[in-house]
Amino acid sequence: MREEPGGPDGSFEERLKAARGRRGLDGPAKPKGFNPNGIESSPMGIGLRVGIELVAALVVAVAIGYGLDWLFGTRPILTAVFVPVGGAAGVWNVWRVFAPKSG
Amino acid sequence: MGVAGVAAEGHGGIDALSQFKLEPVFGQLGESLHISQANVMMTVASGLTLLLMWVGMSPRAMIPGRLQSAAEMAYETVMNLCVEQIGEEGKKFFPFVFTLFFFILFGNLMGVFPLFFTFTSHIAVTLGLSLFVFCLVTFVALKEHGMHFFSYFVPKGVPVVLLPLMVVIEVISYLSRIISLSVRLFANMMAGHVMLEVFAGFVVMLGMAGGIFFVPAALSLSVNVVLIGFELLVASLQAYVFAILTCIYLHDAVHLH
Repeated sequence: MREEPGGPDGSFEERLKAARGRRGLDGPAKPKGFNPNGIESSPMGIGLRVGIELVAALVVAVAIGYGLDWLFGTRPILTAVFVPVGGAAGVWNVWRVFAPKSG
Repeated sequence: MGVAGVAAEGHGGIDALSQFKLEPVFGQLGESLHISQANVMMTVASGLTLLLMWVGMSPRAMIPGRLQSAAEMAYETVMNLCVEQIGEEGKKFFPFVFTLFFFILFGNLMGVFPLFFTFTSHIAVTLGLSLFVFCLVTFVALKEHGMHFFSYFVPKGVPVVLLPLMVVIEVISYLSRIISLSVRLFANMMAGHVMLEVFAGFVVMLGMAGGIFFVPAALSLSVNVVLIGFELLVASLQAYVFAILTCIYLHDAVHLH
C-alpha cells in the first residue's frame, strides 16, 4: 500500500484530513469572523438595506413625535422636533452597518 | 402565486396585488373561524420543518442518507450561526433561532410554487415575527443585565452637552430594528412576487395579441424563468438574513455591545 501522508501511524483525524485533501473535499477554509453584511453585497441589496434603515428610523421618530404631541396636545411641535432626530438616527444606523471595522 | 392574478387579466391591466389577498378556506367552517390561506400555509411550513427533522433523523444511520444529511446540515448550520454570532451562550437560543429560520425559509420557498401562498409577503406576519424577536431581545437583555441594560443607550466618548440628543437617537435607532427587520423580509418577498406576476401578465397579454407579439411574450416568459431562480435565492437569503440579524441582536443583548 502507498504511504499515506501523515503515515500509517498518524491519528485518524490526520489521515482523514489528508484523504479529504486529496479528494478536494475541504475547500478553502472559511474566513474567521464572517461578516454578515457581506451576504447582501449586491448593489441592489445594499441600496435596499440603506433605504430601509433610513426610512425605518424616520418612521419610528415620527410615530414617537406624533404620539407625544397627541399626549401633550402640542401638535405639531414635537413631531417637527423628532423628524430631524429620526433622520439622524437613520444615518447613524447606516453608519453602524457600513462603518469600517477598525473603528 | 400567479394563477388568480393572471386569470383576472380579462378586464385589462395587470392586477399584481390581488395575489396577496386573504380568502377564507375550508368553506363555512373556515369562514366562521377566520382561517385563511396564510394560516394554512403557516401550519404547512411548521409541519414540513417537523417532517424534515422527524423523517430525516428516524434512520439514525452512522452514514447518513440524503434526507438525514439535510436534517443534520440544517441543525449544524443554525448551531454554527448561533455559536459564531452570539458566542457559547448562543446554544441557549438555538431552538428559537432554528424555529424562526425554518418557519421563514419554508414560508418563502413554498411561495415559489404555483397555487401556494407566501405568508411572509404580508407585513402583518413579518411585523409579528420581528416584534417577537424585539421583545425577546429586550427581555433577555433586561434579565442578563438588569437596569445596567440602559447603559446600552449611552454611547461612550460623547460630550455631556450632546448626551441627551445621542440617547434619544440611540433609542430611536434601537426601536427602528422592529421596522427594518420586518420591512426587509416583507419588501423582498412582495417585490419578487409582484415582478413574477407582472411578467406573467405580459406573457398572457402579448400571447393573446398573437402574430409578431409572440417574440416579446417568449422573452417575458424567459425573464420569468430567471426570476423564479432569483426568487429561490432571495427566499433562502432573506430567511438567513432574518436569522443572522436575530442572532446579532441577541449578541448585543447578551454582551451589551
